[in-house]
Amino acid sequence: MNRHRLSLLWVSGTLAFGLLSMLVPLPAVLQSFKPYWPALILLYWTIESGDRITLGVAFAVGLCADLLDGQLLGEQALRLCALVFIVLRFRSRLRFFPMWQQAAAVLVLLLNDRVLQLVVRTFAGESLPSASWWISPFVGALLWPFVFLLLDDLRMHSVAHSRSPTR
Amino acid sequence: MALAREENSPLFAGSVAGTLRLIFYLALAMVLMVLDHRNGWLWRLRYNAAIVVEPVYRLAGLPSAGMRTLSVAFADRKLLTEQNQRLREDLLLANAKLNRMAAVAEQNQRLKELLDTQRSLELNVQLARVIGMDMGQASHRLVLNRGDRDGIKQGQVVIDAHGVIGPIVEVLPTTSVVMLVTDPNHAVPVVVERTGLRTVAFGSRDGGQLSLPNVPMAADVKAGDKLLTSGLGGRFPPGFPVGEVRSVGQSASGMFLEARARPTADIDRSEDVLLLHDQAEPAGPPPPSTPAGPPAALAPVSGSSSASPPVSTSVASPATPAAAVQP
Repeated sequence: MNRHRLSLLWVSGTLAFGLLSMLVPLPAVLQSFKPYWPALILLYWTIESGDRITLGVAFAVGLCADLLDGQLLGEQALRLCALVFIVLRFRSRLRFFPMWQQAAAVLVLLLNDRVLQLVVRTFAGESLPSASWWISPFVGALLWPFVFLLLDDLRMHSVAHSRSPTR
Repeated sequence: MALAREENSPLFAGSVAGTLRLIFYLALAMVLMVLDHRNGWLWRLRYNAAIVVEPVYRLAGLPSAGMRTLSVAFADRKLLTEQNQRLREDLLLANAKLNRMAAVAEQNQRLKELLDTQRSLELNVQLARVIGMDMGQASHRLVLNRGDRDGIKQGQVVIDAHGVIGPIVEVLPTTSVVMLVTDPNHAVPVVVERTGLRTVAFGSRDGGQLSLPNVPMAADVKAGDKLLTSGLGGRFPPGFPVGEVRSVGQSASGMFLEARARPTADIDRSEDVLLLHDQAEPAGPPPPSTPAGPPAALAPVSGSSSASPPVSTSVASPATPAAAVQP
């Protein structure tokens, strides 16, 4: 019970951290290299503990992201829902992919996410973004192994930490 | 990534329910988006959730503030001295100009009072600080540390020492959002200083530049021309520098010339900006003037002459710093 609550804390903590790092400003040159952090962290938790991340959670995270940093309420909710749905579908395979294959899958997912965003923006009547807008998914995919290992390490650590007092 | 169809996946049994749930959430998101697009819910919600949202903004702005502090702490002493020297010279020059301007401004003020107009050369401004925060990756916006409680209104124009930065588009209780002139969704009516040609400057899509897509073929525009706000449309006060033309070429349609300009404001580097108060003149016909007759200052008084009108029509309140800015 305690362990469950602790790991829930970890999930929500890292998701909040992802939302925060989405907002962190970068110099204008690096701006287009900023990966979509909430998606990366949500991806990790969906792959690793998919029973906890449901579409509802994704929707809620997306709404929070929209509230903090968005142009249209519900846009990121829609994108993250689609993302999590696809990952939940293929979760059993994605988990056992080698790292490079997983990163490639993440790239495809993030590109798909950008396409969705483009569709939504076009319907909302906004102008088309420049070519550098498409860099971010690649940065996200390149960062994926590190994000994965880091979060894995954190999770293992927290599990070990919470288990030791009970023994 | 070619992923085969899942046929014996353990998730397959629940997939119909999953798809239904997906459709439900997607529909919900779409309804939200449409409603938001129609009614602007997002900003109302953000305004109401300000107690949560604003600390998060400030928190997210901390790294850049920290970087700034670090860069000051580790800055070269020589560099700082040089900068100080340069600023001192600039100040001297500006003061000299101001002194000369003051006489002209006073004369102007008197002449305008004679004409009984309320327009003043003085600027009613408010200083604000940029909380280094960018809203969304595709748009060009800044967050300032002044908001509703400081009397900021939507539509106020933000400038820095060199030119126009953009209008306030959204106001939260203690922060507000500026749309930069380089935003692709932004347009400002401008006039070419050298020739008086009126046109409109849009933000360009490739960022950091202005684009003037409909300059007539016969117009005389060349690189180096300065662009000022024309004041048409009533959103921007006239006479503020906006940009400097960099290049002129054929537009895609071949019907117009298209000029590219660089904004004069230090959009990337500004930390402190000025908010103009009620400078834009209302659009539409002027209100009917009430008294027909000589101005009050010229009314027959039992004094010697009316050469020095004692009434001050300055709009600037004593609490806010008023600065005279030359165009």
